[in-house]
Amino acid sequence: LVFTEEDKYGLYSNLLFKYFLAEGVLCGHDLFVASAKEHPDNILKELPAPLLDDTSRNGLGEETAVKSEDFQDSMKIAWRYQNLPKMEASPTTSTKFGHYYDVSKTMSPELYESIKWHSFFLPEELSSQTQMKTCNMNSAYARLLQSIQRIIYQEGFDGSDPQKKQKNILRIGIQSLGSILWGDDVCSSDTPEDTHSLTKFLYVLRGLLRKSLSACIITLPAHLIQNKAIMERVTNLSDTVVGLESFIGSERETNPLYKDYHGLVHVHQIPRLNSLICDVSDTKDLAFRLKRKLFTIERLHLPPDLSDTVSRASKQDLAESAKLLSSGCGAMAIGKKHLGF
Amino acid sequence: QGKFTLLRDTRTDGSFLVHHFLSFYLRAGCKVCFVALLQSFSHYNIVAQKLGVSLTAAKERGQLVFFEGLKSCLDLLFGEEEEQSGQPSPLQFISTSDLKALFDFVRTSLTPSGSDSWKGPVLLVDDLSILLSLGTTPVAVLDFIHYCRVVVCSQLQGNIVVLVHSNEDSEDEENELVVNSLCHHSDLILWVEGLATGFCKDVHGEIKIIKRLSLELTGEQDHVQIYQYKIQDKNVTFFARGLSAAVL
Repeated sequence: LVFTEEDKYGLYSNLLFKYFLAEGVLCGHDLFVASAKEHPDNILKELPAPLLDDTSRNGLGEETAVKSEDFQDSMKIAWRYQNLPKMEASPTTSTKFGHYYDVSKTMSPELYESIKWHSFFLPEELSSQTQMKTCNMNSAYARLLQSIQRIIYQEGFDGSDPQKKQKNILRIGIQSLGSILWGDDVCSSDTPEDTHSLTKFLYVLRGLLRKSLSACIITLPAHLIQNKAIMERVTNLSDTVVGLESFIGSERETNPLYKDYHGLVHVHQIPRLNSLICDVSDTKDLAFRLKRKLFTIERLHLPPDLSDTVSRASKQDLAESAKLLSSGCGAMAIGKKHLGF
Repeated sequence: QGKFTLLRDTRTDGSFLVHHFLSFYLRAGCKVCFVALLQSFSHYNIVAQKLGVSLTAAKERGQLVFFEGLKSCLDLLFGEEEEQSGQPSPLQFISTSDLKALFDFVRTSLTPSGSDSWKGPVLLVDDLSILLSLGTTPVAVLDFIHYCRVVVCSQLQGNIVVLVHSNEDSEDEENELVVNSLCHHSDLILWVEGLATGFCKDVHGEIKIIKRLSLELTGEQDHVQIYQYKIQDKNVTFFARGLSAAVL
């Protein structure tokens, strides 16, 4: 269960959401798209087009070749750092995981029409009358659960149909959960009426995911939730929690430290499944940027301080952000440096 | 015998302690009732196999009663209307906020039947903070634990081990209330914390072992020991603070 905290204007989290679904299309997985504000048909039309294998490999091959040449010269001033392994900001071509996408183009309809996909658009579903046990849960959430469970059962993702030989995976994407469009007021008031609907929904969803061959990504406008206790409980109930903080409209946009990037990636939690340990990486400072065609997540590099003044004006800011990053020490960063979807 | 152990984690994941206690008590030959709310059976099974215990075998010989919360909630929500054998599901509290059915389940599974030959019963809960997320009040959770203590610790001379999450600057007041109250009543507290200075590859965290000697009315203070630890694939190594293998 992958949980994404949306950035303020939802631009980048939407992008991650579409990447998840697009990867599903290319892998031949089935899709289940649920949303309360955008019709799933429109979401599917806007999925990014995949980059063809040759172009991506060529392009990246050139980049890494250039980099290795640069580092052959021995360092004269910073010679102590010579022995450290070279930092790779971009991915190596040897590990190809998933596909790369061109954000400027949309996926052609033949691609996503070739897979089976199901949709759940809340305004349409509310109009139909169905009986179900709600267990004191918000009715929109209850309907969504009902719908997911029905698809899992009917399509045999939970192994209930022994005749189905070819096992496939169901990728579930739920957009902007917890927002007011789902009938839940956790995002709009400090003391919501029903504090437990969202967490109950997540618990049952977790049960459904564990019991079937499916994976789920949920985006949530976390910045709108005033009751932080709910966010803590939500984090405990999810396997992976990633927060996206975009620089739009914040003071960091003009900060020279961050001029190459569009935002930060906070990894709050990674899954520890079937083992005592979980995947560990060296760095937890991740930032993302949206180039014309690619959306990349990289280690956060500080540009060299070439100004005349000895101290940086924003040292305070940097210290604060470093404190934020280290306070989440319980969570460990994802092993892959670049999330290729 | 008759002890209540509280596992508490802050800023990190203390579930490795749950795996340890599970395999520890099973190897000791105790009858264990495991209320597993957070993960599926296969997750615990795979880790237990790495630690040398087979949960499926334990279940078959009746030594382990495993309650899988995630599976039961699906039966509750999507199952048929008629309940089998007229017994209410232990997860009834999702709709009624009443933990009595869960307590009855615990009591019936740990009360020894005539043919049992196991040593003392043990109740293991992973984790208690989930109950609050599912619609119960802190008082109901504390009452449930109290009832369990009366039955398991006093009447049956067994042990209870419970995992809770907590945070120093947590805004989840209900959770903090439950955790603080349980701390006061525990005989042994194992408090696992992530390092305050940030993430480190060689030291995953710090564990504080607090033996509540002050509860025994002998006038002694609580005995506190602090170690740091690193989790490996099949093992956890403990060492004194600052003496991790990477430093020496």
